[in-house]
Amino acid sequence: MYPASFEYHRATSVDDALGMLQRYGEDAKLIAGGHSLLPLMKLRLSTPTHLIDIRRIAGLSGVRENGGGVIVGATTTHSEVAASNFVRAKLPLLAEAAGGIGDPLVRNMGTIGGSLAHADPKADYPAVVLALRANVVVVGKSGKDSMESDKTFTGMFTTAVQASEMITEVHFPVSGSGNGGAYEKLADPASGYATVGVAAQLKVEGGTVTSAGVALTGFGPKATRLSAVEAALKGKPATADTVRAAAKQAALPGVTPYQANLACVYAERALIRALERATAK
Amino acid sequence: MATTLKPTDALMGASIKRLEDGKFLTGRASFTDDIKLVGQTHAVFVRSPHAHARIRGIDAKAALGMPGVHAVLTGEDLKGSGVNPMPVGWLLPDIKIGEKHALAVGTARFVGEAVAVVVADTPALARDAADAVVVDYDVLPAAVEAVDALKPGAPQVHANAPGNVAFNWQIGDRAKTDSAFAGAQTVVRQRLVNQRLIANAIEPRASAAAFSPANGELTLYVTSQNPHVHRLIMGAFILGLPEHKFRVISPDVGGGFGSKIFVYPEECVVAWSAKRLARPVRWTATRSESFTTDAHGRDHVSDAEMAFDADGRIIGLRVKTVANMGSYLSLFAPCVPTYLYGTLLSGQYDIPAIHCEVTGVYTNTTPVDAYRGAGRPEACYLVERMVDIGARALGMDPAELRRKNLVPAGSFPYQTQVALAYDSGNYEPALDKALEMLDYKKARAAQAAARKDGRLIGIGLSAYIEACGIAPSQVVGSLGAQAGLYESATVRVHPTGKVSIMTGSHSHGQGHDTTFAQLAASELGLAIEDVEIVHGDTGRVQFGMGTYGSRSAAVGGTAIYLSLQKIKDKGKQIAAHLLEASPADMDFADGKFFVKGSPSKAKAWGEVCLAAYLAHNIPANIEPGLETTSFFDPGNFTFPFGTHIAVVEVDPRTGYVELNRYVAVDDVGNVINPMIVDGQLHGGIAQGVGQALWEGATYDSNGQLLTGSMINYALPKAENLPSFETARTVTPSPVNPLGIKGAGEAGAIAATAAVANAVVDALSPLGITHVDLPLTPERVWGAIQNAQKRS
Repeated sequence: MYPASFEYHRATSVDDALGMLQRYGEDAKLIAGGHSLLPLMKLRLSTPTHLIDIRRIAGLSGVRENGGGVIVGATTTHSEVAASNFVRAKLPLLAEAAGGIGDPLVRNMGTIGGSLAHADPKADYPAVVLALRANVVVVGKSGKDSMESDKTFTGMFTTAVQASEMITEVHFPVSGSGNGGAYEKLADPASGYATVGVAAQLKVEGGTVTSAGVALTGFGPKATRLSAVEAALKGKPATADTVRAAAKQAALPGVTPYQANLACVYAERALIRALERATAK
Repeated sequence: MATTLKPTDALMGASIKRLEDGKFLTGRASFTDDIKLVGQTHAVFVRSPHAHARIRGIDAKAALGMPGVHAVLTGEDLKGSGVNPMPVGWLLPDIKIGEKHALAVGTARFVGEAVAVVVADTPALARDAADAVVVDYDVLPAAVEAVDALKPGAPQVHANAPGNVAFNWQIGDRAKTDSAFAGAQTVVRQRLVNQRLIANAIEPRASAAAFSPANGELTLYVTSQNPHVHRLIMGAFILGLPEHKFRVISPDVGGGFGSKIFVYPEECVVAWSAKRLARPVRWTATRSESFTTDAHGRDHVSDAEMAFDADGRIIGLRVKTVANMGSYLSLFAPCVPTYLYGTLLSGQYDIPAIHCEVTGVYTNTTPVDAYRGAGRPEACYLVERMVDIGARALGMDPAELRRKNLVPAGSFPYQTQVALAYDSGNYEPALDKALEMLDYKKARAAQAAARKDGRLIGIGLSAYIEACGIAPSQVVGSLGAQAGLYESATVRVHPTGKVSIMTGSHSHGQGHDTTFAQLAASELGLAIEDVEIVHGDTGRVQFGMGTYGSRSAAVGGTAIYLSLQKIKDKGKQIAAHLLEASPADMDFADGKFFVKGSPSKAKAWGEVCLAAYLAHNIPANIEPGLETTSFFDPGNFTFPFGTHIAVVEVDPRTGYVELNRYVAVDDVGNVINPMIVDGQLHGGIAQGVGQALWEGATYDSNGQLLTGSMINYALPKAENLPSFETARTVTPSPVNPLGIKGAGEAGAIAATAAVANAVVDALSPLGITHVDLPLTPERVWGAIQNAQKRS
């Protein structure tokens, strides 16, 4: 309940935050919504001696368009993403996932950058950024890097983002028409985290699936792209049969029979809805 | 009690909005943690990280060296200063009591047991210092599951309880039951696990104590459902504080569900250290501490057998239950799996032969005690599951099998085969009403149609019986209770006619400020605002046994009612004197004392109250003032009842259970405030559904609690529940003059069985006859897989 003692700093700019990260090194942690970090600190599982608050840095929050794609600032809350008409129209998968994270309190405080940096193995956003082939923009002393989502998550609660770096925004590419996506999860009745969550994004052109992004969260150390499912979709007719057959490839090795079943069922449900959206007139 | 109050007055039976809600909704309530004491210090407990370990030594040097740390105290310090072990308040024959000290002495027996306390200037500092206390443990093997703890060679929790047996208890007639089974046409058997639950009141337990060296008085603020019980047990049995110098205040309390009945180590240590240090000391549990140290509930493994004759009549019930008591016997723990469980095994049914054996078992887990329903949900779950299993075996409709076996309307008071005699009841109309509200025929037809499409819809009934207001004191005393179970009420009428009522009941969510004021205002013809309800302070309330077991309205309310009658009688004498009439000719209505037949010859309530205090002109044979105290000791329990029906749909692909409808018809006797009764029912149903579908405390084989936070212990949430459809029948209780039965636990008692029966009903086309609680998707899916493998 009472965290170990720490010093609180409010960063005024990204450069200010990076400067402090450098100054305080391993003893520092960035904080935005605090919904992952503070519980760990209260349990003293995490004991940073410097907290650098990036919540009030101007320009880090909000949703905007970029070349047909969507850019979400790192400190944008889950409820802002879920409520954004632009996101709902362009990437219903993203809005859907954001609207189902935790509960209203979590959604009103928690941020996309915080969720991605924390990399909880049962969090929703990692599967979404994998399925959407998003780029995570990371800023450090050596400059700005647009990190592919496939390279972002390295293990349980660990990412390729270095301790001296921070996430500033996430780029979600969207091109042309015929796109459709959906997120399906079985929420843990206690935590709201995904017992299983599947994010699916399809692009359908001339009755054929031309690209597919499917990723799963909830099992194992980190969210995973379901490459076998994607391969079973690409170039196939955009039909429910295709989707059902592809979903059978969602069972990854090393999981329990129940998890294997959940992966297939939830992949199918997400893909069916993604297909409906991608082929809707 | 001959007469039954007719709730004809507008106040009685009215859904008056809760008078206390303003302060709660605007953050103006005063919980224990809100009360600041001048010069206060903060306690943090050093707790055992092991389920079973010998304590070889405690090194507090580093902690004591931290500036602002006042003391680090251990079990040896506590014992050395004459503090006694914590007592058990309900004794059974040959019970083996494992000695428990407020701070562990020699051995720690569950994860979270307090081993030392650190007192410091701030809570954060106390926590830092607690982390610096080094305890040298010799880790021992742990007994975790009760069934395993009974096996030869299991780790022994207490040296004086061989085989980990705390007690063996039985009720009913073994020979008669055996012979009923011998002659049975059909016998069904099932092992039923009633899993361990954690109450999780929204306000964590807290205590704060201040000792006045000037007058030797110790004041303790504590989250208690029964402050006088705390005072008596802590003062007389544990700490040796004289009652007249020990004040216990239980201010606003945010929920208890039973978990705040008991005297816990922390408040004893806080009170003791405040006196020892001559500084106020306070402590508030973290949620993690709530999970590991609040008394848990349930945790039974039962082998049940039910015997039927050729007509589908239940002719026998045989039960063997192993009850996990945890590492120590909590204050009232021994009565929960015995007198609050075995005695309820007749349910709503006329069962001619019942026998039940219970073994209470020590394990290296958190102590188990009363949790909403306390024994009665376990009994209801067992009886109602067995009736459903029986219906399936007999090929009978579960509603009709229940109807066939109900105790008939004309046979009350009904003597069960397990000691209790039901006060009043009329079970069939409640069953009929629930079936009608559901439209049972239509629901069964819809179920059959859905099955053809491969959908798994289930309908589950639970015809429950509750026992409230456990009494009378003489009887419970003979059964082992170390306390009486009456209630007291003082009605103090002020000279202006305003009324203060000091009740021994304690409100921690029940809404007594409203319901008791409704009762008093109705009886005295006053505005509800003219009545103040005082509770939760041994310095202001004469005495009290507190609130648990759905007893407040039936027992505490009746004590108030009795005092109100005495007040009116005295008022009549004064009014008669003023009117020069005979007291026998006086009547009281609408706030006026008047001569029967001549309503104009009257004295208003206020005039009589003032006259009583002026004492210028009152009868010579009566004392001035208008105040009286009553103690009400009921002649029996009250027995609310009802039928609940759940409708679920199971996703055959994932095992996910959706609760689609919940119909509840309850008979709680007369009702003071329907809205508050509905609220009690709704909350109880949510908790019962929680046990059926989500909740469950689990330990690993080392005795580590795996469900020690809100992240992994699933409480019911509104978003996962349908809108409940509730209704009532009214069968007044003859046990008290208000005709009230009680409503606090009914929902939690009934709901678990209703939902479990519905889920098994949904799965029955697959040949599934039982799935253990909680009915998580994984468990249900597993049952479906096993059934498909079998077929």
